[in-house]
Amino acid sequence: MKIYNGGKIFIGLLVFAVLAASPFIFNMGKSKTAEKPDIRIDTPEILKLEDKKCVAPREQMRATHMKVLDSWRDAVVRNDDRSPVLVSGRQYDKSLQNGCMKCHSNKEEFCDKCHAYVEVKPTCWECHIEPKEKKS
Amino acid sequence: MRILFSFIAVLALVLIAYAGVKTANLQFLFGVVVPYAAIALFICGFIYRVVKWGSSPVPFCIPTTRGQQKSLPWIAQNKLGNPSNTMEVIGRMFLEVFLFRSLFLNTKTEMTSSNRVVYGSEKFLWLASITFHYTFLIVLLRHTEFFVPTAPFFLDIIKSVDGFFEIGLPRLFLTGAVLLASTAYLFARRLYIPQVRYISLAADYFPLVLIIGIAITGMLMRYVYLTDLVSVKVLALGLLSFKPVIPEGIGPIFYVHLFLVSVLLAYFPLSKLMHMGGVFLSPTLNMANDSRMTRHINPWNYPVHVHTYEEYEDDFREKMIGAGIPVEKEGVVNGK
Ligand code: HEC
Ligand code: HEC
Ligand code: HEC
Ligand code: HEM
Repeated sequence: MKIYNGGKIFIGLLVFAVLAASPFIFNMGKSKTAEKPDIRIDTPEILKLEDKKCVAPREQMRATHMKVLDSWRDAVVRNDDRSPVLVSGRQYDKSLQNGCMKCHSNKEEFCDKCHAYVEVKPTCWECHIEPKEKKS
Repeated sequence: MRILFSFIAVLALVLIAYAGVKTANLQFLFGVVVPYAAIALFICGFIYRVVKWGSSPVPFCIPTTRGQQKSLPWIAQNKLGNPSNTMEVIGRMFLEVFLFRSLFLNTKTEMTSSNRVVYGSEKFLWLASITFHYTFLIVLLRHTEFFVPTAPFFLDIIKSVDGFFEIGLPRLFLTGAVLLASTAYLFARRLYIPQVRYISLAADYFPLVLIIGIAITGMLMRYVYLTDLVSVKVLALGLLSFKPVIPEGIGPIFYVHLFLVSVLLAYFPLSKLMHMGGVFLSPTLNMANDSRMTRHINPWNYPVHVHTYEEYEDDFREKMIGAGIPVEKEGVVNGK
C-alpha cells in the first residue's frame, strides 16, 4: 500500500496521537494521584458534639454541600429567614461564616484540601471572612 | 423513522448504562472496560481511516476555488479563495479549520412568491456550528480537572470566565448551556428545513442526539443529581494511570454520561465525525490551484502502449498507395 504525502500525514497523525493520549502521558509515573485527599473533621467545635453529624448525612453533604449553601443564602439574603438550624441539639446560624465554618473552622485542612483536589475555587472568600486558623 | 431511530438508540444506551449500574452493579464494565475499549477504538480507528485516505490516489488537480486564480500580474488574485502555493493553501486551511470560512460564505437559495429565484446570506448554520465546536472544545478543556493530577494553566482562566456570572451553586458554566443550545438548534434545523430534512440520514441525527444526550447528562450531574466529584476524579485518574479503581459513592448518572461519551468515541471513526481528520485530507481543500504552473501527474498513470501514425502507415502503406491516399514515406516497404 502506497501512502501519498506520507511525511505530512505522519506528522498529522503524530500530533493527533499525542493529543489523544495526553491525559495518559500526564498521568505517567504518578502513583499517588488516585488517593482521596484526607480531610480532617476534628475541630474543637465538632469534638464537642455528642453526635458527630453535619447538617445533612455525610454522603449527601459530600456531593451537595453547595446546594445547602445556596438554599441558606437564598433564605437569608432574599427571604430574611435567619432561623437557626438544629444539629444534634445545638443551634447553628444559616451562615457560611457562622454556620459551616463554626464547625469546620479548619478551612485549609477541610474545604481547601478537597477543592484543590478537584480544582474548584469558590469565590465566596472574596467577601466572606475566612476563619482564623492557627498555623501549626 | 430515521429521527425516531436516533432517539431510541440514545435512549437505549442511557437505559443500558443506568440499569447496568443500578440493578446489575456493572460499575467495572461501564467505568473501566467500556472506556478503555472506546479509547482504543477511537485512536486506532482514527489512524486507520486517515492512513486509508492517505493511500487513495488523487487523479486530478481538483481544488475548489472561490475568486480569481493567479493570472497576469495586473489581475488581483484572491489568494485565500484560490491559493496557488503551499503557504496560501495553509492560510486557507487555517481559516477553514478555525473559522469555518466556507460555512460563513454559505448562501441559501429560495423561490419568492412571484417564482423568482433569490440568493441570500445564511449565517445561522455557521453561527450554531462554530459555537457548538468551540463550546465543545472548552467543555473538554474544562474537563481536564478530572484528567490530570495538577491543573493545567488554562483551567483557572476558563473556569473564571465561564462561570463569570456566578449564577447558582455550583455556578452555571455558560459554555455547557451554549453547547446544549447550539446542538439543539443544529438538530432542529434538520427537522425544520424541508430540503435539509429530506437529505438527513440516521447517521446525521444520531451523533447530534448522542452529543445532546452527553450534554444533558453532564448538566444534570452538575446541577441536579450531584455526585461526589472527588470519587469521580479518583476513578478517572485510576483509568488514566492504568490502575483502575471503582470508588464508592458515584451515582449512576455519571456512568450514563461516561457510557455515552464512550459510545461517541467508539463511533467516531465509523462516522461522519471523521471530518475532524478528513478536512486536512480533502483534495478540494489541501491542493493548490496551480495546474497551469505544474503538471499534476495522475498516480494511476502507467506506460500506455500507443500506436503512432508512423506505425499505422507502416502497417497499411501499400494499401494506402493502392487506394491513392497520400503517404509520408513513399517507396518504403514494411518500414524499411
Ligand atoms: C454541627 C457542626 C457542623 C456544621 C454546622 C456543618 N458541618 Fe459539615 N460536617 C460536620 C461533621 C461532624 C461532619 C462529618 C459527618 C459524618 O462523619 O457523618 C461533616 C461533614 C461534612 C462534609 C463531608 C466531608 C466528607 O467526609 O467528605 C462536607 C462537604 C461538609 N461537612 C460541609 C459542610 C458545609 C458546606 C456546611 C455549611 C452548609 C457544614 N458542613 C456545616 C459538622 C458540621
Ligand atoms: C460580592 C460579595 C459576596 C460574595 C462573592 C459572596 N457573598 Fe455571600 N453574602 C454577601 C453578603 C453581603 C451577605 C449578606 C450578609 C448578611 O446579611 O448577614 C451574604 C450572605 C451569605 C449567606 C447567608 C448569611 C451568612 O452570614 O453567611 C450565605 C450562606 C452566603 N452568603 C454564602 C455565600 C457563598 C457560598 C458564596 C460563594 C459561592 C458567597 N456567599 C459569595 C456577600 C458575598
Ligand atoms: C469532599 C470534598 C469537599 C469538601 C470537604 C468541601 N467541598 Fe466544596 N466542593 C467540592 C466539589 C467536588 C465541588 C465542585 C462541585 C461541582 O463542580 O459540581 C465543590 C464546590 C463548592 C462550591 C461551589 C463552587 C462553585 O463555584 O461552583 C462551594 C461554594 C463550596 N464547595 C463550599 C465548600 C465549603 C464552604 C466547604 C467547607 C466547609 C467545602 N466546600 C468543603 C468538594 C468538597
Ligand atoms: C465528549 C466528551 C464530553 C463532553 C462533551 C462532556 C460534556 C459535559 C457537559 C456539557 C457537562 C455539564 C457541565 C459543564 O458545562 O461543564 C459535563 C459535566 C460532567 N462530565 Fe462530561 N463530557 C465529556 C466527557 C466526560 C468524561 C470522559 C468524563 C469522565 C470523567 C466526564 C465527567 C463529567 C462530570 C463528573 C461532570 C460533572 C461536572 C461538574 O459537576 O462540575 N465527562 N460534561
